[in-house]
Amino acid sequence: MEMGFKWDFAYEILPQMLLATLNTIIAAGVGYAIALVVGLFFLLGQRTPYKIINVINREIVEFIRSTPLLIQLFFVYFVLPQFGIKLSAWLCGMITIGLHFGTYLSEVYRGALEGVSKTQWEACRALNFSTVYTYRRIVLPQAFPIAIPGMGNYLVGIFKDTPLLSTIGVAELFHAATAVGGYNYRYLEPYTMVGVIFLILSVPAAMWVRKLERRVNVAQGKIKQ
Amino acid sequence: MSYFAFLAEHGTTLLLGTVTTVKVLVCSIILYVIISMIFGLMRLSKNPIVQGTATVYIEFFRGTSLLVQLFWAYYVLPFFGISLEAFTAGVAALGLNFGAYGAEIVRGGILAVPKGQWEAAHALNFSPAKRIKRIIIPQIFPIILPPAANLTVELLKATALVALVTVVDLTFEAKQINSITWLSAQCFGTALLIYYFMARFALVPFLRWLEVLAAKKVGRGKA
Repeated sequence: MEMGFKWDFAYEILPQMLLATLNTIIAAGVGYAIALVVGLFFLLGQRTPYKIINVINREIVEFIRSTPLLIQLFFVYFVLPQFGIKLSAWLCGMITIGLHFGTYLSEVYRGALEGVSKTQWEACRALNFSTVYTYRRIVLPQAFPIAIPGMGNYLVGIFKDTPLLSTIGVAELFHAATAVGGYNYRYLEPYTMVGVIFLILSVPAAMWVRKLERRVNVAQGKIKQ
Repeated sequence: MSYFAFLAEHGTTLLLGTVTTVKVLVCSIILYVIISMIFGLMRLSKNPIVQGTATVYIEFFRGTSLLVQLFWAYYVLPFFGISLEAFTAGVAALGLNFGAYGAEIVRGGILAVPKGQWEAAHALNFSPAKRIKRIIIPQIFPIILPPAANLTVELLKATALVALVTVVDLTFEAKQINSITWLSAQCFGTALLIYYFMARFALVPFLRWLEVLAAKKVGRGKA
């Protein structure tokens, strides 16, 4: 077997890899969109005045957060068909990522809501605003900037966890690399390229999130410019 | 087949897998703590080469996916003449990856130690090494342990990935049993429960205990 990095082989498989990168980005985007919504539901469960719902909600969140995404993927992919629910690998992957990261996002939302000063609520009560109005016009506009860095972090997090989808056969970047590697008996170039593509996409994204975080902190007066 | 019959037949296999998972976890915790300390300190160095090395390391391992690093360590390193055992490759990838996240926690912890402590150590003419070792490091533990605890639970979850490079851990055994029996709900459900119990009733209480201990050591907790 030839040692060293073969540039011509890398160049040959580049179009294939770039096409698969598109799938990875789509998977991360769709998974993230689902997670954003799921997070809202977990947040609702947490904030309803019914104790029993709070407890159940917390236990579900704890369970999902302390078990590996990989086995959750297997569970959804292999178990649902036994109950007659046949979903594609893509759909299973998106649902699982959405559920898994939804629990994390609900914590981000909660932190953001708690970051809004209590006096804001009291002022709204004094002005006789309805709860809905208070949320819509007073609380959420203040909570949203606080949530942005956390939300950004999990977007990057989901992106970096998409390779797990290859284990149930979703044709994303890592899956493509494994397929190309197996076909040509060369894993050096495909896996290295996956690493480089991830670096190119996620390092700027992470930097951008850090910049946002800094801006939010400055706006909140936590640090000086 | 009832669930109990399933447990009677495959319980031992799953338990053996769990033992391997615990081994992977303990080894990678040791590795990631050491790496975090070294690179966290390097990140604060005034020497641009030392600091640059640490920054590149951290950005590199945080920027690429853990699974990619794992496969690289196991399937690509042999191309360079370095053949690692699956277990070693798994622990190395986990330790290096989480070490990068841990280094940032250590850096934040050191920066959070009040400036007066540095100045007092300076005024007492402590050498830089002694200042770090005796004054700063003991004080960072109450600060870094809560985020480090979160990271360690993430590490437990991440150990599942080593199954994909043929380490015979809990995930691997569950997958194996699934492919023989097709009792997916039972085997993956049991695996999920074992991971859950390990995290919730062993790892997390242990880390909370460490947090309390660290707070007491610096005189912040209840005696």
